[in-house]
Amino acid sequence: MALDRIEKLVEKYFEGETSIAEEKELKTYFSSTDVAQHLEQYKPVFGYFSQAKQEQFTATISLKSKRKQKRLAWLSVAAAVVVMVCIGFFAYQNSSEPTQENLGVINDPEIAFRETQKALALISKHVNTGIESVNYLGEYQQSKNKIFK
Amino acid sequence: MNQKEFMQLVSPFKDKVFRLAKRLLISTEEAEDATQEVLVKLWNKNESLDEYKSVEAVAMTMTKNYCLDQLKSKRASNLTIVHSNFTDREAGLQQKVEDNDTWKWVEKIINDLPEQQKLIVQMRDIEEMEFDQISKVLEMNEQAVRTALSRARKMIREKMTNTHSYGIG
Repeated sequence: MALDRIEKLVEKYFEGETSIAEEKELKTYFSSTDVAQHLEQYKPVFGYFSQAKQEQFTATISLKSKRKQKRLAWLSVAAAVVVMVCIGFFAYQNSSEPTQENLGVINDPEIAFRETQKALALISKHVNTGIESVNYLGEYQQSKNKIFK
Repeated sequence: MNQKEFMQLVSPFKDKVFRLAKRLLISTEEAEDATQEVLVKLWNKNESLDEYKSVEAVAMTMTKNYCLDQLKSKRASNLTIVHSNFTDREAGLQQKVEDNDTWKWVEKIINDLPEQQKLIVQMRDIEEMEFDQISKVLEMNEQAVRTALSRARKMIREKMTNTHSYGIG
């Protein structure tokens, strides 16, 4: 291919005046191995154009909108939240405050006193088990006092 | 039109749509989503498709609009598009690797162009579409398309010359 023709085409190309056929000619010229030295710099441009056309859409096409699916997903999340709130609400209502009559009333003061004592003993026992482990902390205080007088 | 006929109708240009979307959105996944979305929209237009002279031009216009909308909403929400297209092309001769490298440069330069010029370069230089088609897709007159194309090509040349004479920075 005559070099001056290519040069003219390149000139026209940059002015946006080449036809598709002429551009194809340029692409073939620049994909060949003997490109003139001073035109070498355009080689990758045309090379890229030809290469970029090869890329294909490989994903599978489904004719249902993805957006709708997304909306559906949000809907299911919302539904789940509503169901959970309902369950929580009813569970809370059912469990709160045992009714007054179920508590049982002791009329004899002596038995009532004993029962109360028993209950308090139970509480203090549990409180003490907690405190025992806290006592270990005293060790730190002691050794600290030994070191930092 | 049933699904099979529709697929036959779109298969000649679905790659084109994908490449155009990718040119604008950069990321392969986003471009796939966009293509998908455009095809669904076309499918929903099913009945009225016969009215169009060129379904391809309609598809291209829809792609352009969809992608520009996407970009606008991305920018509005201050998100940058993350893309990691690690293409796995067969490495071979040294020359091929070098070519690949300079191609990447060209790609980068094109991706840095303004959107409209990107679209025009994509449709003209890569897809080899005629000016009247391009002007229809972009809803611009032919002369404006030519001017923008010339500007884009010159910009590519300028940047390539820079990397050519100073080496790839």
